[in-house]
Amino acid sequence: MSLIELSGIERTFLLGDSEVHALRSINLSITPGEYVAVMGPSGSGKSTLLNLLGLLDRPDAGTYHLEDRDVTTLTPDEQARVRSERIGFVFQSFHLVPRLTAAANVELPLMLAGIVPAERTKRVSQALKDYGLTDRAHHRPEQLSGGQRQRVAIARATVMHPAVILADEPTGNLDRATGEDVVTLLEGLNAQGVTLIVVTHDQTLGARARRQLVMEDGAIARDSGKG
Amino acid sequence: MRLSDSLRYARDAASGTPLRTGLLMLSMAIGVAAVVVLTALGDGARRYVVGEFSAIGSNLVIVLPGRSETRGFNPANLITSTPRDLTVEDAAALLRIPGVEKVTPIVIGTTEINAGGKLRESMLVGTNADFIKVRHLKLALGRFLTRDDLGHGSAEVVLGALIREELFGTENPLGKTVRIGGRRLRVVGVLTEGGQGMGMTTDELLIIPVATAQAMFNTNTLFRILIEAHSREQIGDVKARVLKLITQRHEGEEDVTVITQDAVLQTFDKILSVLTLGVAGIAAVSLAVAGILVMNVMLVSVTQRTAEIGLLKALGATAATIRNTFLLEAGLLSLLGAFAGIALGHLGAAILRHFYPAFPAYPPNWAVLAGLGTALAAGLIFGVMPARRAARLDAVQALSRR
Ligand SMILES: Nc1ncnc2c1ncn2[C@@H]1O[C@H](COP(=O)(O)OP(=O)(O)O)[C@@H](O)[C@H]1O
Ligand SMILES: [Mg+2]
Repeated sequence: MSLIELSGIERTFLLGDSEVHALRSINLSITPGEYVAVMGPSGSGKSTLLNLLGLLDRPDAGTYHLEDRDVTTLTPDEQARVRSERIGFVFQSFHLVPRLTAAANVELPLMLAGIVPAERTKRVSQALKDYGLTDRAHHRPEQLSGGQRQRVAIARATVMHPAVILADEPTGNLDRATGEDVVTLLEGLNAQGVTLIVVTHDQTLGARARRQLVMEDGAIARDSGKG
Repeated sequence: MRLSDSLRYARDAASGTPLRTGLLMLSMAIGVAAVVVLTALGDGARRYVVGEFSAIGSNLVIVLPGRSETRGFNPANLITSTPRDLTVEDAAALLRIPGVEKVTPIVIGTTEINAGGKLRESMLVGTNADFIKVRHLKLALGRFLTRDDLGHGSAEVVLGALIREELFGTENPLGKTVRIGGRRLRVVGVLTEGGQGMGMTTDELLIIPVATAQAMFNTNTLFRILIEAHSREQIGDVKARVLKLITQRHEGEEDVTVITQDAVLQTFDKILSVLTLGVAGIAAVSLAVAGILVMNVMLVSVTQRTAEIGLLKALGATAATIRNTFLLEAGLLSLLGAFAGIALGHLGAAILRHFYPAFPAYPPNWAVLAGLGTALAAGLIFGVMPARRAARLDAVQALSRR
């Protein structure tokens, strides 16, 4: 059984008069618990692929099965629910809400899902504890270091217990040492069974994944998982 | 998302940009305050006029000579068309009508008063002893006119406060003789200052017995007859009976007009209520303007929070959730602004009352509620467009915005 099953995915963007083929005939299968690094030069379609996997974007052609369910045909609200319950995002620029405290940022997905406040408080303090952020709970993002911000973002991505974590260059805004800490954290999650898909153009970080996808010009040029 | 969470989220978002939020609330507050103050003015004017009219006296029925043209066709008018004058006898006859409490005939004219060499022109009222009660006047000194049922017309006068001051200064005028219209009259009383009603002040009035006044002006007609009914309920009946009796006495010709204070009051009440409503409407336009500002402020907010909207979508927010969050923010700010405006408006009305104590500038409750409702409606209606724009944002593009 596979967690993610893409077949014949196409995605083109119109840029003025010219068409940009961001994804071309992508076929991809990822099983639960996998650790996949997506690599390739800038503009090769890595982010487009990740957005598609996260249901933030729709393909122009092809089908996408998530947990054996065709999610390309879902309504926007059904897709929102899938994002809420099954997918966690980690972004290069953290995307924390600046006016909210670390705890409130972590609480956001729980709040959007309509979970009762008592349960939320419990899960938020557990998540903050897991990522060593308990004493930073009431700090706002601007009062946190880059590494701490990304840890808040990871806590937020995992607080709903998703099946898959999609991270687009999560270390892109961090120095090497902090970046390694963050990757170690993500790998720890993967060790607990969460499927991890990381976009990176850092060769060493990419090499740590069990499976590497290399994209070139919108297509998968190499997939170590296929042998 | 739960409503309480949406509210909290909207509140935090609004307080995150204090300047923008403050301006929005200020515009709403000014609009609502305008509604409150202007309706306080309008309604104050209504109360003031109604109060003035009530000050003339209560349960009044007024008889005027001459037929009001609004009363339809009367065949008697074809035969004799000269209206008969109102007489003292007419007035005396009215006293026998059931439901009538007091009757005061009134003669009016201008004359000169001369006391100790000081000369002054003045308004003169000839009437009877009941005038002071019917018109709710008060005496500062002495007594009012004596009863004169036989109509001899004694030589006495009651002075208005200002006349007394100008002619006698601090001297006691009681018992002094003054010359009015060539006659010598004795001062028996002085009215208190500030008597109002019928569009004139009693401060510059001379009051003498009706018979004396008629002799002075060489007439036997009356200017008005004031009738006080027993009770408010009887006003209508009294009016009909008065008209019937006078018509009888005037050989079947309906040549007088009988008006009730109630009717006059109601007319003024109606006119000024409509005026207040109109003023409120104009003030409400400023709320629509505030609504447009809400739209602009919220559009700026959507633009500045694009990345946040993208994030919320990535975290599983539906389009409806995002729309409601922004709509709630617009509504919340409008409502808070409206409450501030009500407070501001009440303050403005209080300041008005402080500087013009005679003017009852209280905002009516309906206006306060309407101001609140209009502000909320404007905020929500003009908040819809920005909220929908936020909900429609493309998640990927929103997230790529910094
Ligand atoms: N919204 C868009 N409109 C037009 N072109 C786009 C858009 N998004 C991505 N592209 C194009 O698609 C290609 C792949 O982009 P992307 O997936 O962001 O690459 P990567 O993440 O590998 O750097 C690029 O050529 C990019 O310019
Ligand atoms: Mg990219």
